[in-house]
Amino acid sequence: MTIEITLLSAIVAFLAAFIAGLARLSKNIPIRWITAIYVEFFRGTSLLVQLFWLYFALPMFGVSLPPLIAGVLALGLNYGAYGSEVVRSSILAVPKGQYEAGVALNMLPSQRMRLIILPQALSMMLPGLGNLLIELLKGTSLVSLITLSDLTYQAMILRATNFRTTAIFSLLLVLYFIMAYPLTLGVRWLERRASAGRL
Amino acid sequence: MWNWTYAMSIIPPLLQALKVTVSATLVAFAIAMFGGLLLALCRRSRFKPLSWIAGAVVEFIRSTPLLVQLYFIFYVLPLYGLSLSPFAAGVLGLGLHYSAYMSEVYRSGIEAVPRGQWEASTALNFTKVQTWIRVVLPQAVPPVVPVLGNYLIVMFKETPILSAITLVEMLQKAQILGSESFRYLEPFTIIGLLFLIVSYPSSILVRRLETRLNRK
Repeated sequence: MTIEITLLSAIVAFLAAFIAGLARLSKNIPIRWITAIYVEFFRGTSLLVQLFWLYFALPMFGVSLPPLIAGVLALGLNYGAYGSEVVRSSILAVPKGQYEAGVALNMLPSQRMRLIILPQALSMMLPGLGNLLIELLKGTSLVSLITLSDLTYQAMILRATNFRTTAIFSLLLVLYFIMAYPLTLGVRWLERRASAGRL
Repeated sequence: MWNWTYAMSIIPPLLQALKVTVSATLVAFAIAMFGGLLLALCRRSRFKPLSWIAGAVVEFIRSTPLLVQLYFIFYVLPLYGLSLSPFAAGVLGLGLHYSAYMSEVYRSGIEAVPRGQWEASTALNFTKVQTWIRVVLPQAVPPVVPVLGNYLIVMFKETPILSAITLVEMLQKAQILGSESFRYLEPFTIIGLLFLIVSYPSSILVRRLETRLNRK
Protein backbone atom coordinates (compact mmCIF):
# COMPACT_ATOMS: atom_id res chain seq x y z
CA MET A 1 0.00 0.00 0.00
CA THR A 2 2.81 2.40 0.86
CA ILE A 3 4.48 1.64 -2.46
CA GLU A 4 1.20 1.98 -4.31
CA ILE A 5 0.55 5.39 -2.78
CA THR A 6 4.11 6.46 -3.49
CA LEU A 7 3.83 5.49 -7.15
CA LEU A 8 0.40 7.04 -7.67
CA SER A 9 1.32 10.30 -5.99
CA ALA A 10 4.67 10.33 -7.78
CA ILE A 11 2.77 10.28 -11.08
CA VAL A 12 0.49 13.11 -9.96
CA ALA A 13 3.47 15.04 -8.61
CA PHE A 14 5.45 14.52 -11.80
CA LEU A 15 2.61 15.80 -13.97
CA ALA A 16 1.93 18.72 -11.64
CA ALA A 17 5.62 19.59 -11.52
CA PHE A 18 5.98 19.65 -15.29
CA ILE A 19 2.77 21.52 -15.99
CA ALA A 20 3.42 24.08 -13.27
CA GLY A 21 7.12 24.35 -14.07
CA LEU A 22 6.43 25.06 -17.73
CA ALA A 23 3.44 27.28 -16.98
CA ARG A 24 5.57 29.48 -14.74
CA LEU A 25 7.81 30.18 -17.69
CA SER A 26 4.89 30.95 -19.96
CA LYS A 27 4.62 34.34 -21.61
CA ASN A 28 0.95 34.50 -20.66
CA ILE A 29 0.75 36.56 -17.47
CA PRO A 30 -2.52 35.14 -16.03
CA ILE A 31 -1.21 31.56 -16.44
CA ARG A 32 2.04 32.52 -14.76
CA TRP A 33 0.17 34.15 -11.91
CA ILE A 34 -2.17 31.25 -11.32
CA THR A 35 0.65 28.75 -11.19
CA ALA A 36 2.69 31.02 -8.94
CA ILE A 37 -0.23 31.12 -6.54
CA TYR A 38 -0.62 27.33 -6.69
CA VAL A 39 3.09 26.76 -6.04
CA GLU A 40 3.40 29.32 -3.25
CA PHE A 41 0.23 28.11 -1.62
CA PHE A 42 1.24 24.48 -1.51
CA ARG A 43 4.78 25.28 -0.50
CA GLY A 44 3.66 27.76 2.12
CA THR A 45 1.28 25.52 4.00
CA SER A 46 1.98 22.22 5.59
CA LEU A 47 1.42 18.88 3.85
CA LEU A 48 -0.53 17.49 6.76
CA VAL A 49 -2.84 20.49 6.82
CA GLN A 50 -3.49 20.07 3.09
CA LEU A 51 -4.20 16.41 3.63
CA PHE A 52 -6.67 17.12 6.41
CA TRP A 53 -8.25 19.89 4.44
CA LEU A 54 -8.89 17.62 1.46
CA TYR A 55 -10.17 14.83 3.66
CA PHE A 56 -12.18 16.66 6.31
CA ALA A 57 -13.02 20.11 4.96
CA LEU A 58 -13.78 19.38 1.33
CA PRO A 59 -16.83 17.21 2.13
CA MET A 60 -18.43 20.44 3.37
CA PHE A 61 -18.58 21.50 -0.27
CA GLY A 62 -20.27 18.22 -1.11
CA VAL A 63 -17.09 16.66 -2.52
CA SER A 64 -16.33 13.57 -0.50
CA LEU A 65 -13.04 12.01 -1.44
CA PRO A 66 -12.14 8.49 -0.39
CA PRO A 67 -8.95 8.44 1.73
CA LEU A 68 -6.81 7.02 -1.08
CA ILE A 69 -7.73 9.79 -3.52
CA ALA A 70 -7.35 12.50 -0.89
CA GLY A 71 -3.96 11.15 0.12
CA VAL A 72 -2.64 10.80 -3.41
CA LEU A 73 -3.97 14.20 -4.38
CA ALA A 74 -2.47 15.98 -1.37
CA LEU A 75 0.91 14.29 -1.70
CA GLY A 76 0.97 14.72 -5.46
CA LEU A 77 0.01 18.39 -5.45
CA ASN A 78 2.33 19.20 -2.57
CA TYR A 79 5.43 17.56 -3.98
CA GLY A 80 4.40 18.69 -7.46
CA ALA A 81 4.70 22.27 -6.23
CA TYR A 82 8.21 21.60 -4.97
CA GLY A 83 9.04 19.70 -8.15
CA SER A 84 7.87 22.57 -10.34
CA GLU A 85 10.66 24.70 -8.90
CA VAL A 86 13.17 22.02 -9.85
CA VAL A 87 11.74 21.87 -13.37
CA ARG A 88 11.72 25.63 -13.69
CA SER A 89 15.26 26.16 -12.46
CA SER A 90 16.62 23.37 -14.68
CA ILE A 91 14.98 24.84 -17.75
CA LEU A 92 16.37 28.27 -16.88
CA ALA A 93 19.80 26.70 -16.39
CA VAL A 94 20.00 25.61 -20.03
CA PRO A 95 22.39 28.10 -21.64
CA LYS A 96 20.78 30.94 -23.54
CA GLY A 97 22.75 30.09 -26.65
CA GLN A 98 20.73 26.92 -26.97
CA TYR A 99 17.50 28.91 -27.26
CA GLU A 100 19.09 31.20 -29.78
CA ALA A 101 20.35 28.26 -31.82
CA GLY A 102 16.80 26.91 -31.85
CA VAL A 103 15.53 30.25 -33.13
CA ALA A 104 18.29 30.39 -35.72
CA LEU A 105 17.30 26.96 -37.01
CA ASN A 106 13.77 28.27 -37.48
CA MET A 107 12.24 25.82 -35.03
CA LEU A 108 8.78 26.30 -33.60
CA PRO A 109 8.71 27.13 -29.88
CA SER A 110 7.28 23.66 -29.21
CA GLN A 111 10.04 21.98 -31.23
CA ARG A 112 12.64 24.09 -29.46
CA MET A 113 11.34 23.02 -26.09
CA ARG A 114 10.94 19.35 -26.99
CA LEU A 115 14.08 18.78 -29.03
CA ILE A 116 16.62 21.12 -27.51
CA ILE A 117 15.73 22.44 -24.09
CA LEU A 118 14.00 19.53 -22.36
CA PRO A 119 16.59 16.83 -23.16
CA GLN A 120 19.25 19.00 -21.58
CA ALA A 121 17.13 20.20 -18.68
CA LEU A 122 15.95 16.68 -17.91
CA SER A 123 19.37 15.41 -16.95
CA MET A 124 19.76 18.38 -14.62
CA MET A 125 16.37 17.75 -13.05
CA LEU A 126 16.85 14.10 -12.28
CA PRO A 127 18.79 14.39 -9.00
CA GLY A 128 16.40 17.04 -7.71
CA LEU A 129 13.32 15.06 -8.64
CA GLY A 130 14.89 11.92 -7.18
CA ASN A 131 15.38 13.66 -3.85
CA LEU A 132 11.74 14.68 -3.92
CA LEU A 133 10.74 11.08 -4.60
CA ILE A 134 12.53 10.06 -1.40
CA GLU A 135 10.74 12.81 0.51
CA LEU A 136 7.49 11.64 -1.04
CA LEU A 137 8.07 8.08 0.09
CA LYS A 138 8.61 9.28 3.63
CA GLY A 139 5.65 11.63 3.31
CA THR A 140 3.32 8.71 2.64
CA SER A 141 3.56 7.79 6.33
CA LEU A 142 1.28 10.78 6.94
CA VAL A 143 -1.66 9.23 5.10
CA SER A 144 -2.00 6.81 8.00
CA LEU A 145 -3.48 9.79 9.85
CA ILE A 146 -6.45 9.90 7.47
CA THR A 147 -7.13 6.22 8.11
CA LEU A 148 -5.45 4.92 4.97
CA SER A 149 -3.97 1.53 5.81
CA ASP A 150 -0.38 2.04 4.75
CA LEU A 151 2.68 0.65 6.48
CA THR A 152 2.55 3.04 9.42
CA TYR A 153 -1.17 2.50 9.94
CA GLN A 154 -0.76 -1.26 9.98
CA ALA A 155 2.01 -0.89 12.53
CA MET A 156 -0.26 1.14 14.78
CA ILE A 157 -2.95 -1.53 14.52
CA LEU A 158 -0.48 -4.30 15.30
CA ARG A 159 0.73 -2.35 18.25
CA ALA A 160 -2.81 -2.00 19.58
CA THR A 161 -3.35 -5.75 19.38
CA ASN A 162 -0.12 -7.22 20.70
CA PHE A 163 1.73 -4.39 22.47
CA ARG A 164 5.16 -5.35 21.17
CA THR A 165 5.86 -1.69 20.68
CA THR A 166 9.64 -1.79 20.47
CA ALA A 167 9.79 -4.56 17.89
CA ILE A 168 7.06 -3.06 15.75
CA PHE A 169 8.42 0.46 15.58
CA SER A 170 12.01 -0.69 15.12
CA LEU A 171 10.93 -2.90 12.25
CA LEU A 172 8.92 -0.05 10.80
CA LEU A 173 11.98 2.23 10.81
CA VAL A 174 14.07 -0.48 9.20
CA LEU A 175 11.45 -1.11 6.51
CA TYR A 176 11.30 2.54 5.53
CA PHE A 177 15.06 2.64 5.51
CA ILE A 178 15.22 -0.37 3.21
CA MET A 179 12.82 1.33 0.81
CA ALA A 180 14.40 4.77 0.89
CA TYR A 181 18.10 4.00 0.98
CA PRO A 182 18.37 2.40 -2.48
CA LEU A 183 16.65 5.52 -3.81
CA THR A 184 19.24 7.68 -2.05
CA LEU A 185 22.04 5.67 -3.59
CA GLY A 186 20.34 5.89 -6.97
CA VAL A 187 20.08 9.66 -6.74
CA ARG A 188 23.75 9.90 -5.83
CA TRP A 189 24.64 7.77 -8.81
CA LEU A 190 22.57 10.02 -11.05
CA GLU A 191 24.26 13.08 -9.61
CA ARG A 192 27.68 11.66 -10.31
CA ARG A 193 26.68 10.64 -13.78
CA ALA A 194 25.14 14.02 -14.56
CA SER A 195 28.27 15.85 -13.49
CA ALA A 196 30.69 13.45 -15.19
CA GLY A 197 31.96 14.71 -18.52
CA ARG A 198 30.84 18.22 -17.73
CA LEU A 199 32.55 21.12 -16.05
CA MET B 1 -21.32 26.94 3.72
CA TRP B 2 -18.73 29.22 5.27
CA ASN B 3 -19.94 30.50 8.63
CA TRP B 4 -18.28 33.82 9.49
CA THR B 5 -19.43 34.04 13.10
CA TYR B 6 -18.13 30.55 13.75
CA ALA B 7 -14.88 31.35 11.95
CA MET B 8 -14.40 34.46 14.08
CA SER B 9 -15.15 32.59 17.26
CA ILE B 10 -12.44 29.98 16.66
CA ILE B 11 -9.67 32.39 15.75
CA PRO B 12 -8.59 33.17 19.36
CA PRO B 13 -8.12 29.51 20.39
CA LEU B 14 -6.27 28.82 17.13
CA LEU B 15 -3.95 31.76 17.75
CA GLN B 16 -3.29 30.32 21.20
CA ALA B 17 -2.33 27.07 19.53
CA LEU B 18 -0.13 28.97 17.08
CA LYS B 19 1.97 29.92 20.09
CA VAL B 20 2.55 26.24 20.86
CA THR B 21 3.43 25.62 17.21
CA VAL B 22 5.89 28.50 17.13
CA SER B 23 7.55 27.63 20.41
CA ALA B 24 7.88 23.97 19.37
CA THR B 25 9.46 25.15 16.11
CA LEU B 26 11.94 27.41 17.86
CA VAL B 27 13.03 24.88 20.48
CA ALA B 28 13.36 22.16 17.85
CA PHE B 29 15.32 24.53 15.64
CA ALA B 30 17.75 25.24 18.48
CA ILE B 31 18.22 21.49 18.98
CA ALA B 32 18.71 21.00 15.25
CA MET B 33 21.25 23.84 14.98
CA PHE B 34 23.30 22.40 17.79
CA GLY B 35 22.82 18.74 16.90
CA GLY B 36 23.57 19.41 13.26
CA LEU B 37 26.82 21.12 14.10
CA LEU B 38 27.78 18.28 16.41
CA LEU B 39 27.03 15.68 13.73
CA ALA B 40 28.95 17.66 11.12
CA LEU B 41 31.97 17.91 13.41
CA CYS B 42 31.81 14.21 14.33
CA ARG B 43 31.64 13.35 10.67
CA ARG B 44 34.86 15.20 10.01
CA SER B 45 36.60 13.65 12.99
CA ARG B 46 39.82 11.82 12.24
CA PHE B 47 38.76 9.05 14.61
CA LYS B 48 37.18 6.74 12.02
CA PRO B 49 34.53 4.93 14.11
CA LEU B 50 33.13 8.26 15.29
CA SER B 51 32.86 9.69 11.79
CA TRP B 52 31.42 6.43 10.55
CA ILE B 53 28.75 6.37 13.26
CA ALA B 54 27.83 9.99 12.61
CA GLY B 55 27.50 9.21 8.91
CA ALA B 56 25.29 6.20 9.59
CA VAL B 57 23.07 8.20 11.97
CA VAL B 58 22.59 10.93 9.37
CA GLU B 59 21.75 8.43 6.62
CA PHE B 60 19.33 6.53 8.81
CA ILE B 61 17.49 9.58 10.10
CA ARG B 62 17.20 11.02 6.60
CA SER B 63 15.86 7.78 5.17
CA THR B 64 13.03 7.23 7.62
CA PRO B 65 9.86 9.29 8.09
CA LEU B 66 9.65 11.85 10.86
CA LEU B 67 6.27 10.47 11.90
CA VAL B 68 7.68 7.02 12.62
CA GLN B 69 10.62 8.50 14.50
CA LEU B 70 8.18 10.47 16.64
CA TYR B 71 6.16 7.35 17.38
CA PHE B 72 9.38 5.62 18.34
CA ILE B 73 10.41 8.37 20.75
CA PHE B 74 6.95 8.74 22.20
CA TYR B 75 5.88 5.11 22.52
CA VAL B 76 9.10 3.08 22.75
CA LEU B 77 11.32 5.15 25.02
CA PRO B 78 8.83 5.10 27.95
CA LEU B 79 9.20 1.30 28.01
CA TYR B 80 12.84 1.88 28.92
CA GLY B 81 12.06 4.36 31.65
CA LEU B 82 12.29 7.56 29.64
CA SER B 83 8.84 9.12 29.66
CA LEU B 84 8.59 12.35 27.73
CA SER B 85 5.71 14.78 27.54
CA PRO B 86 4.23 15.20 24.06
CA PHE B 87 5.93 18.57 23.75
CA ALA B 88 9.35 17.27 24.80
CA ALA B 89 9.09 14.17 22.61
CA GLY B 90 7.87 16.21 19.65
CA VAL B 91 10.55 18.84 19.94
CA LEU B 92 13.23 16.21 20.40
CA GLY B 93 12.06 14.19 17.41
CA LEU B 94 11.72 17.21 15.15
CA GLY B 95 15.07 18.59 16.33
CA LEU B 96 16.92 15.31 15.81
CA HIS B 97 15.34 14.73 12.41
CA TYR B 98 16.43 18.11 11.13
CA SER B 99 19.84 18.00 12.76
CA ALA B 100 20.61 15.25 10.25
CA TYR B 101 19.62 17.55 7.40
CA MET B 102 21.44 20.51 8.90
CA SER B 103 24.63 18.57 9.41
CA GLU B 104 24.83 18.35 5.61
CA VAL B 105 24.36 22.10 5.38
CA TYR B 106 27.15 22.75 7.86
CA ARG B 107 29.29 20.24 6.05
CA SER B 108 28.94 22.10 2.76
CA GLY B 109 29.83 25.32 4.58
CA ILE B 110 32.89 23.76 6.19
CA GLU B 111 34.04 22.26 2.91
CA ALA B 112 33.79 25.66 1.26
CA VAL B 113 36.39 27.13 3.61
CA PRO B 114 39.62 27.36 1.59
CA ARG B 115 42.33 24.92 2.47
CA GLY B 116 44.81 27.73 3.07
CA GLN B 117 42.80 28.76 6.14
CA TRP B 118 43.51 25.40 7.77
CA GLU B 119 47.15 25.58 6.84
CA ALA B 120 47.40 29.12 8.16
CA SER B 121 46.03 28.06 11.53
CA THR B 122 48.52 25.21 11.65
CA ALA B 123 51.26 27.68 10.81
CA LEU B 124 50.07 29.95 13.62
CA ASN B 125 50.24 27.00 16.00
CA PHE B 126 46.53 27.11 16.82
CA THR B 127 45.13 24.15 18.71
CA LYS B 128 42.37 22.16 17.04
CA VAL B 129 39.68 23.82 19.13
CA GLN B 130 41.04 27.27 18.35
CA THR B 131 41.18 26.43 14.65
CA TRP B 132 37.52 25.42 14.65
CA ILE B 133 36.20 28.23 16.81
CA ARG B 134 38.32 31.12 15.60
CA VAL B 135 39.05 30.32 11.99
CA VAL B 136 36.85 27.71 10.35
CA LEU B 137 33.39 28.14 11.84
CA PRO B 138 33.26 31.95 11.56
CA GLN B 139 33.81 31.49 7.83
CA ALA B 140 31.74 28.35 7.37
CA VAL B 141 28.52 29.37 9.08
CA PRO B 142 27.52 32.82 7.69
CA PRO B 143 27.26 31.64 4.04
CA VAL B 144 24.85 28.87 5.02
CA VAL B 145 22.58 31.07 7.16
CA PRO B 146 19.92 31.37 4.42
CA VAL B 147 19.80 27.59 4.05
CA LEU B 148 19.40 27.26 7.80
CA GLY B 149 16.63 29.84 7.60
CA ASN B 150 14.89 27.75 4.97
CA TYR B 151 15.04 24.77 7.27
CA LEU B 152 13.46 26.85 10.02
CA ILE B 153 10.49 27.44 7.72
CA VAL B 154 10.38 23.78 6.71
CA MET B 155 10.35 22.77 10.36
CA PHE B 156 7.55 25.20 11.07
CA LYS B 157 5.50 23.51 8.38
CA GLU B 158 6.31 20.06 9.75
CA THR B 159 5.01 20.78 13.25
CA PRO B 160 1.47 19.56 12.44
CA ILE B 161 2.95 16.06 12.48
CA LEU B 162 3.41 16.50 16.22
CA SER B 163 -0.37 16.33 16.51
CA ALA B 164 0.02 12.59 15.91
CA ILE B 165 1.65 12.23 19.31
CA THR B 166 -1.16 14.17 20.96
CA LEU B 167 0.55 17.56 21.19
CA VAL B 168 -2.17 20.20 21.02
CA GLU B 169 -0.67 22.47 18.37
CA MET B 170 -2.62 24.19 15.64
CA LEU B 171 -3.75 21.17 13.68
CA GLN B 172 -4.77 19.22 16.75
CA LYS B 173 -6.64 22.26 18.07
CA ALA B 174 -8.42 22.62 14.72
CA GLN B 175 -9.40 18.98 14.85
CA ILE B 176 -10.74 19.31 18.38
CA LEU B 177 -12.73 22.39 17.42
CA GLY B 178 -14.00 20.60 14.35
CA SER B 179 -15.14 17.56 16.25
CA GLU B 180 -16.98 19.73 18.75
CA SER B 181 -19.02 21.49 16.11
CA PHE B 182 -18.86 19.05 13.19
CA ARG B 183 -17.57 21.93 11.10
CA TYR B 184 -14.15 21.14 9.72
CA LEU B 185 -14.07 23.63 6.89
CA GLU B 186 -13.43 26.78 8.92
CA PRO B 187 -10.78 25.49 11.35
CA PHE B 188 -8.72 23.75 8.68
CA THR B 189 -8.95 26.65 6.26
CA ILE B 190 -7.96 29.14 8.94
CA ILE B 191 -4.90 27.18 10.04
CA GLY B 192 -3.89 26.74 6.40
CA LEU B 193 -4.02 30.51 6.02
CA LEU B 194 -2.16 31.03 9.30
CA PHE B 195 0.64 28.77 8.08
CA LEU B 196 0.79 30.74 4.85
CA ILE B 197 0.74 34.08 6.67
CA VAL B 198 3.72 33.09 8.79
CA SER B 199 5.77 31.10 6.32
CA TYR B 200 5.43 33.19 3.17
CA PRO B 201 6.83 36.45 4.57
CA SER B 202 9.59 34.48 6.28
CA SER B 203 10.56 32.86 3.02
CA ILE B 204 10.72 36.27 1.35
CA LEU B 205 12.91 37.45 4.23
CA VAL B 206 15.25 34.49 3.74
CA ARG B 207 15.43 35.16 0.01
CA ARG B 208 16.35 38.77 0.67
CA LEU B 209 19.03 37.66 3.11
CA GLU B 210 20.35 35.34 0.44
CA THR B 211 20.67 38.02 -2.23
CA ARG B 212 22.35 40.32 0.25
CA LEU B 213 24.89 37.65 1.16
CA ASN B 214 25.52 36.89 -2.49
CA ARG B 215 26.30 40.50 -3.19
CA LYS B 216 29.10 40.55 -0.62
